Amino acid sequence: MQVQVRYFASLREALGGHEAAELPTGATLGALRDGLISRSPRHAEVLGRSRTLRGAINQLMCDEAAVVPEGAEVAFFPPVTGG
Amino acid sequence: MQRVSIQTEDFDLGAEVAALRAGDPGVGAVATFIGTVRESSEGQCVSEMELEHYPGMTERAIEDMMAAAALRFDIRAARVVHRVGRLAAGAQIMMVAVACAHRGQAFQACEFLMDYLKTQAPFWKKETTPAGARWVDARVTDDAALARWGVTTKNAAGSAV
Repeated sequence: MQVQVRYFASLREALGGHEAAELPTGATLGALRDGLISRSPRHAEVLGRSRTLRGAINQLMCDEAAVVPEGAEVAFFPPVTGG
Repeated sequence: MQRVSIQTEDFDLGAEVAALRAGDPGVGAVATFIGTVRESSEGQCVSEMELEHYPGMTERAIEDMMAAAALRFDIRAARVVHRVGRLAAGAQIMMVAVACAHRGQAFQACEFLMDYLKTQAPFWKKETTPAGARWVDARVTDDAALARWGVTTKNAAGSAV
């Protein structure tokens, strides 16, 4: 199945605002991140496991174990710094 | 009235508070907080800041935290305004205002909302300094501030997404 992945802040600067990704049904957010890491050296650098990142599925913060539903809007971004 | 606004324009705290408590004689206390652009950060002079958000998710996250605050505190009305885009040093960034019957609940609810917003609302700050532009790092102390309310977060710390 295909999902749309959005990036914000430093990830957006490195990878662009969004891209499509293909993943098996039932895949988790963590599995999606792993798949994206393998796309390019730049992906590996900014999405790599040494980076603290947060993720959201359909605009709700989720942890890596969350299953990505069909057609979901997924986002990865750095820790938030508003206020 | 609208409870959450994400906007590029500046805001007027006095007008916001007047609107917040208008028509409710039960309000006896209004606590407010304003965040502003500090002129220095980690030893560097900050001339400007750029704020990014996740349209849709940011508004929803703040609405959710206001709902969480309403379950804990006796809130009569609350308002959050957060600016995005480019802001000069000294500019107002955001405000929280909470109207309650008594001050204790108002102070606590205002602080709770700020602690929540700092770690759960998708905003990102980029500072312009003489050494160049840099993204602001999240603070572990902000995670600790939310933990005081019994809410666990790993915004700044932890490897999990």
